[in-house]
Amino acid sequence: MAPPMSTTPHGPGLKVTDLRTSVRRRAWSAGARWAFALAALATVLVSALIIWTVASGAWTFISQVAFDNLTEIGWFPRRGLFDLSTLLVNSVQISVIAMLVAVPSGFGAAIYLSEYAHPKVRKVMKPTLELLASVPSVVLGVFAISFITPSILTNFFDDINFFNKLAAGIAVGLLVIPLIASIAEDALRAVPVALREASSGLGARKVTTSIRVVLPAAMSGLMAAIIVGFSRAIGETMVVTIASGGGDTSLFNLALTESGGTFTSAMAALGLGTDQVAGNNLAFQSLYFLGALLFAITLVLNMLGDLIVRRLQNKY
Amino acid sequence: MTQEPDATVPEVTVTAETAASQHTRIDVSGAAAAPMAANRADTQTVFHCDGVHVYYADFLALRNVSLNIAAHEVTAFIGPSGCGKTTFLRCFNRMNDLIEGARVEGSINYHGVELYQDEVDPVEVRRRVGMVFQKPNPFPKSIYDNIAYGPRLAGAKRSELDDIVERSLTRAALWDEVRDRLKTSAYGLSGGQQQRLCIARAIAVQPDVVLMDEPCSALDPIATGRIEELIAELKTEYTIIIVTHNMQQAARISDMTAFFSVQANEMGQRTGELVEYAPTSLIFTNPDDPRTEAYITGRVG
Amino acid sequence: MTILTTPAGIATGAADALRKRPGADVAGATFKWLLIGATVFATGFLAVLLAVMIVDGWDVLSGNLWYFLTHGFSQRSAGEAGVWQGIIGSLQVALVTGVFAVPTGVATAIYLVEYAQGNRFARIVELNIRNLAGVPSIVYGLLGLAVFAQTLRGFSGGTTAIAGGMTLAAMVLPIVVITSVEALKAVPDSLREAAYGVGATKWEVLSRQVLPAALSTILTGTVLALARALGEAAPLILVGAATGFMSFGDANMLETFTGPYTALPVLIFNFARQPGADWGVNAAAASVIILVLVLAVNGLAIYLRNRFERQW
Repeated sequence: MAPPMSTTPHGPGLKVTDLRTSVRRRAWSAGARWAFALAALATVLVSALIIWTVASGAWTFISQVAFDNLTEIGWFPRRGLFDLSTLLVNSVQISVIAMLVAVPSGFGAAIYLSEYAHPKVRKVMKPTLELLASVPSVVLGVFAISFITPSILTNFFDDINFFNKLAAGIAVGLLVIPLIASIAEDALRAVPVALREASSGLGARKVTTSIRVVLPAAMSGLMAAIIVGFSRAIGETMVVTIASGGGDTSLFNLALTESGGTFTSAMAALGLGTDQVAGNNLAFQSLYFLGALLFAITLVLNMLGDLIVRRLQNKY
Repeated sequence: MTQEPDATVPEVTVTAETAASQHTRIDVSGAAAAPMAANRADTQTVFHCDGVHVYYADFLALRNVSLNIAAHEVTAFIGPSGCGKTTFLRCFNRMNDLIEGARVEGSINYHGVELYQDEVDPVEVRRRVGMVFQKPNPFPKSIYDNIAYGPRLAGAKRSELDDIVERSLTRAALWDEVRDRLKTSAYGLSGGQQQRLCIARAIAVQPDVVLMDEPCSALDPIATGRIEELIAELKTEYTIIIVTHNMQQAARISDMTAFFSVQANEMGQRTGELVEYAPTSLIFTNPDDPRTEAYITGRVG
Repeated sequence: MTILTTPAGIATGAADALRKRPGADVAGATFKWLLIGATVFATGFLAVLLAVMIVDGWDVLSGNLWYFLTHGFSQRSAGEAGVWQGIIGSLQVALVTGVFAVPTGVATAIYLVEYAQGNRFARIVELNIRNLAGVPSIVYGLLGLAVFAQTLRGFSGGTTAIAGGMTLAAMVLPIVVITSVEALKAVPDSLREAAYGVGATKWEVLSRQVLPAALSTILTGTVLALARALGEAAPLILVGAATGFMSFGDANMLETFTGPYTALPVLIFNFARQPGADWGVNAAAASVIILVLVLAVNGLAIYLRNRFERQW
């Protein structure tokens, strides 16, 4: 039977060149390596371009703006008034409301799924939570103005504005529940079973074990969930733009029943186009400045959350 | 994490305990290895190893191994866990290259060609020096495609494949069991069948040497028996090096046996070394080294 | 209740003490029901959301659904407006997103898992991916506006579906990378060793063994990423989707990629900011459509994952 493959025989007389693969196969392998490395480099390039874009745009803004105008009565970009505290307060108010909605519900769901739920229930609920995470934020914005404000909030507040921070905050809260529940559940499940058994072994009831043993052990992970959830809420755009209003112009105010623009809704308003052409050119540049602020805030929060999660992973 | 330079590690180990057995270790190391092969003039040397050290990063896994592997023989590596026998086996087809930080020092000469030099492509080495692993690891493909995968890479023509598949499966004593279901998934086979499939896959690329890393450890006694029969048949065509935990297996199927042992240094790092290398009949009846004797009589390990 | 009891006390009270008393663990029961309540709230609002949108959008959904799906946007009146451009635009954007994000993301994952085992460059790439995952979507809009629509105008044609798709590709890149990394890590090393053992090059091991084995999970991740892109509006607003509308003139499908465009979620935003209840009906009806679309795509991904889940 003839040798099926063209190959030099085994045995003495073997030369180094016999132990080489064909140029074609080696070239493919080397080429693939470079292509994969190039793709990895491209992801770094995306970050670099984001930083370059927001930083250079923000610099253009800072170098031209009169600093007094950053602390004037409110956010009126076309009139050259860029009061940052107006946007900051609104962003923080809405995000805090969102956390008040999302943390109890998200943590509750996480504890239930991790400590109480039957595996079958868990198997259904986990994908449901994933499904919830994919609800488009515009839909929640519409939900806020068509249901949360008119059908719920008007029962409690007589003179609530059609656009208001409270409804926006609640809707953002609904949006971040799945994220918070997911991170919290991971943190709870990272707590070793041995700890729970040790507690049960001392005669503790399940509720005691959950609250006194499991929750403290998972505390850093739960903190991370809050931080990352807060970061997600600060960065949420569409819900706030639709439900809270005030993205184009806002007077400083603290009332939750009033409308108010945030970093993100101000950016969306500026990006809607009209400001690019008409009015103060500085207004358009402020878009990048806000982007830079938002990028920096969320980056710090996410890195903090990431750090905590990583430390948790090493703990057990 | 070692504080001392690698080069000093071999000297550290000459303690009072090892000094007693020094003469036997000299027998198997360095220059003494060549005459041993020369004694059996009818055989041809496939691998000539001289002073092989294997490191994983800074950790010395295997120290100073010198031995020759003869063609068309079955060579068995035995020894306690962690003695570096699998590490050494994977040196012969440069499989250790795949482990980050692994480094081989010393010389492994394959038919006159230094294996660990830049001009040598491990891919072609692995074609010539095939491998069968501890757990059967067929590809998640059909039986046919499992066998045809290697030949295809090596450039076999489509028209040749049917022939190669049939011949390889026949050689691995599997053909009769699978001839009617070549296109079905290899995962449908029993463990023993899967391991014979892996052997067929290894010989389908017409290797020179077949390395076997505890090929029967996941199999039941009947399947193990069939693999052992197969190994005895295959050595007429291939050189076989087998790592085994099972000393009876080594005694049954091998011509030469290398016994490895493990020693911990003062920092608790366990380094493997070759204790004794001799014809199998000799090792099991009249071992030179007390450590070998202790191991084969079951007092250690 | 005393904690310390005499031995005799234990003996006589033992049978009673071990008996389950109804109502004893009030705190435990309350806690459990609170948790169930939280879970129901967290997952149940999807049903409320869907119900509210269906009720609000009923006028369009029950009577004019076909008209609504097949007609373009109208500034004149809510009754004349449809979402056709949004659906086509979203599909175009999603296609461009996939074309850019999937090869880059999968290749990056392959590099991280198969080539760079924890070297410095790999650590930078990993850190970078984690940080990108947390960047707010609207910031990606700035990237799209400044780089994809302006700097790369020659390629993208300005604020077009191509620029929008590239923007969303950058946004979903971390999702594709992270799920692909998990998929590749799940492929057992024994499979790689088997392929190397018969003399395969690294590329051959990856292309013929590892990638096929990881394909179904990678596919799931890709579908999830595209679902995310399908629902996203904020970055597209900055890349011109809110003010541009695809024209229905003589342009063929290919040309519309480099013309004005919009997307379904952006259209919903446009409906929502028009004054008047009619527009609200449109917004609700379009919300139902996008919810069905996104939930279906996600359901597909979850189905794919469960269908092809492999135990090694």
